[in-house]
Amino acid sequence: MEYPDQSGFRQQPRVRMRGTGTDSGEPGQLFDDTSAGQNSGPGGKGPAVYPGQNLLSDPMSNLAMAYGSSLASHGKEMMDKNLDRFIPISKLKYYFAVDTVYVGKKLGLLVFPYMHENWEVRYQQDTPVAPRFDVNAPDLYIPAMAFITYILVAGLALGTQNRFSPEILGMQASSALVWLIIEVLAVLLSLYLVTVNTDLTTIDLVAISGYKYVGMIVGVLVGLLFGRTGYYLSLLWCCASIFVFMLFLHFLDLHELHVPHVCAKTSDEIRSAQESPKQTSFS
Amino acid sequence: MALYGLILAAVLFTNAVAVLHEERFLAKIGWGVDQSIGGFGEEPGVKTQLVNLIRSVRTVMRGVFIKIIYFIVSI
Repeated sequence: MEYPDQSGFRQQPRVRMRGTGTDSGEPGQLFDDTSAGQNSGPGGKGPAVYPGQNLLSDPMSNLAMAYGSSLASHGKEMMDKNLDRFIPISKLKYYFAVDTVYVGKKLGLLVFPYMHENWEVRYQQDTPVAPRFDVNAPDLYIPAMAFITYILVAGLALGTQNRFSPEILGMQASSALVWLIIEVLAVLLSLYLVTVNTDLTTIDLVAISGYKYVGMIVGVLVGLLFGRTGYYLSLLWCCASIFVFMLFLHFLDLHELHVPHVCAKTSDEIRSAQESPKQTSFS
Repeated sequence: MALYGLILAAVLFTNAVAVLHEERFLAKIGWGVDQSIGGFGEEPGVKTQLVNLIRSVRTVMRGVFIKIIYFIVSI
C-alpha cells in the first residue's frame, strides 16, 4: 500500500488505523505499536524504526498517539452514553443482585408454588427491593442461566439420539431467543390492548418469560432419565406450576386493572384463603 | 435464516394492517375511527384500543415505512 506524500500528521492516523487492522490478533498493542504497523507494510514511511525505542522521541508519533488515545476515549464515552440510552445498565445491575439463598428459594418456588403465601413484592421508596432481599422480586440471573442451560441440555438430548452437530446448538439458541422475543411482544401487545396501568417494565416481562426455561430443563432431563411418560408427566407438572406462579405474580402486580370483577374476586379469594389457614394454625 | 423469515413476516403483517382502508372497509365493519371516539369513561375497551392501534400504524406507515421502501428500492 502506498502512502501519499502528505504532511506527517495526516499520515499518522491512517497508519494507526491500518495498525489496528493488522493488530487484531494482539489487542494489547492497539495504541502503542504504530511504528510496528508501519514496518510490516511495504513502502511505509515515517519515524521510528524499532517499536518502542524511538517512539516517544519523535514529536509526530507523539502527537499521533495523543490523537489516537483521545479518539479512543471519546469513542468509548460516546458508546457508553448511547448504550446507556438503549439498555439501562444501572437498572440491569439491579436484576443481577442475587445470592444463593434467593436462587435456591426461587427455583423451589418455580417448581412448587402452591405453598407460598405472601406474593407481594416489598417496596423501598417506590422501587422494588433488590432480589437478594425478597423472593418475589423478578431477576434476570435465573432466566439467563436457565436459557443457556436449556440449550446445552437440548444439545445433550439431541446427542443421545445421535442427531447432534455443533451448528444445531446455534440454531437452537437463536430460535429460542426468537420465541422469547415473540412471547414478550405478545404480552406487551396484550397489556396495551387491555389498558392496564402497570409498573411492569419490559425487562420485568423478559425476566418473567424467562422463568419458563427452568421448567423446560426439568422436563427434558426427566425425559432423558425416565422416557416418554416421565417427560410428559413432568411437562404437565411444570406447566401447571409455571401457570400458577405467573398467575399469582401477575395478578398481584397489576394493581389497577380495568377488569374489576375478575381481579377483585380472585384477590379476595386469595386473601381469604391465605388468612384462614393461618388462623386455624394458631388456634 | 429463521430470523430473516421472522423479519419478513413482521414487515408483511405490518403492511397488511396499514393497508386496511379507512372508509371503504373499516367503516363498513364498524371499526372506523369516528365511530368509536366518544368514551371518556374509565373503560376504553379492547375494540377501541385496536381501532386506535390500526390508525396509528397507518399514520406511522405514511411517514417511516415509505422512506424505508424508497431506500430499499433505490439500492
